[in-house]
Amino acid sequence: MSLLKNPVDRVWLVLVAATLVTWWLGEGGWARTGGAAAVALMFGLAFLKGALIALDFMETRHAPPLWRRLLLGWLAGVMALIGLAWWLARWRSEG
Amino acid sequence: MSVPSPEAPAVPAVPAEADATPRLRGDLAVWLVILAELATFGLLFACFAFARVRELALFTQSQATLDLRFGAINTLLLVSGSAGVARAVQALREGRGASVAGRWWGVALACGLGFLGLKGAEYADKFAAGIGLTTNTFYMFYILLTGFHFLHVLAAVVFVAVLWVQTRRGAYGPQRCHVPETGAAFWHMVDLLWIVLFPLVYVMK
Repeated sequence: MSLLKNPVDRVWLVLVAATLVTWWLGEGGWARTGGAAAVALMFGLAFLKGALIALDFMETRHAPPLWRRLLLGWLAGVMALIGLAWWLARWRSEG
Repeated sequence: MSVPSPEAPAVPAVPAEADATPRLRGDLAVWLVILAELATFGLLFACFAFARVRELALFTQSQATLDLRFGAINTLLLVSGSAGVARAVQALREGRGASVAGRWWGVALACGLGFLGLKGAEYADKFAAGIGLTTNTFYMFYILLTGFHFLHVLAAVVFVAVLWVQTRRGAYGPQRCHVPETGAAFWHMVDLLWIVLFPLVYVMK
């Protein structure tokens, strides 16, 4: 398989697959009914996609560790804040 | 005789092995810009998420008017453009010729223009429906976040167009990848931002 020989193509395939799952989550309505599991899956996939872009496309895998930490730390920090806000919104609407 | 013949190429035909020492690919100044952009967008993402806490019903109702297909197809376009950019840089580094690298820049450019076209259609649809910055908090964030991002895609597209032209002119090669790497880092940042923006604004319920 020539498509899978190049690491860039492998990353691209994962990115496309993860995007299709997120799309399906939204269209299928599971994003609405799935609660915390759906949100965790959605942002878990977003983290995976972001990490692949940062490490393999932006090539921080081969950069001094500080840059890798900055990008992955940004991703994790932003996702943590979004997760916290999502949880707060749910807690507030239930209470 | 060890005297090289005049026909000997100045640069060895075999591409130099990738150096093993850790190195940031691209220009440091642009990388600092990238960090500033990430910080700004990160703050905006958090603002959106926490504003949603206060107006959950309004955010849910307004989000339902967005067409998820536009967001998803635009994600596919940006990640495919990213792959094209990565392939172009790879082709230049490996000295595979201007036409191979040029084709990959072309792929990225087409993806970027497709993104701008779709996003433009989405805006036209919303503006025609009378939706604007002052409609409500959700749409204010939607227009600001995606609009600010749209401008970054536009900048990335211009960058890639210049790289395409310069590649075809033979300006880059295995030892001259600094500018393409810099443009690539900027493009990938734009993609990275959308990777967070798409689930947050379009999908999260």
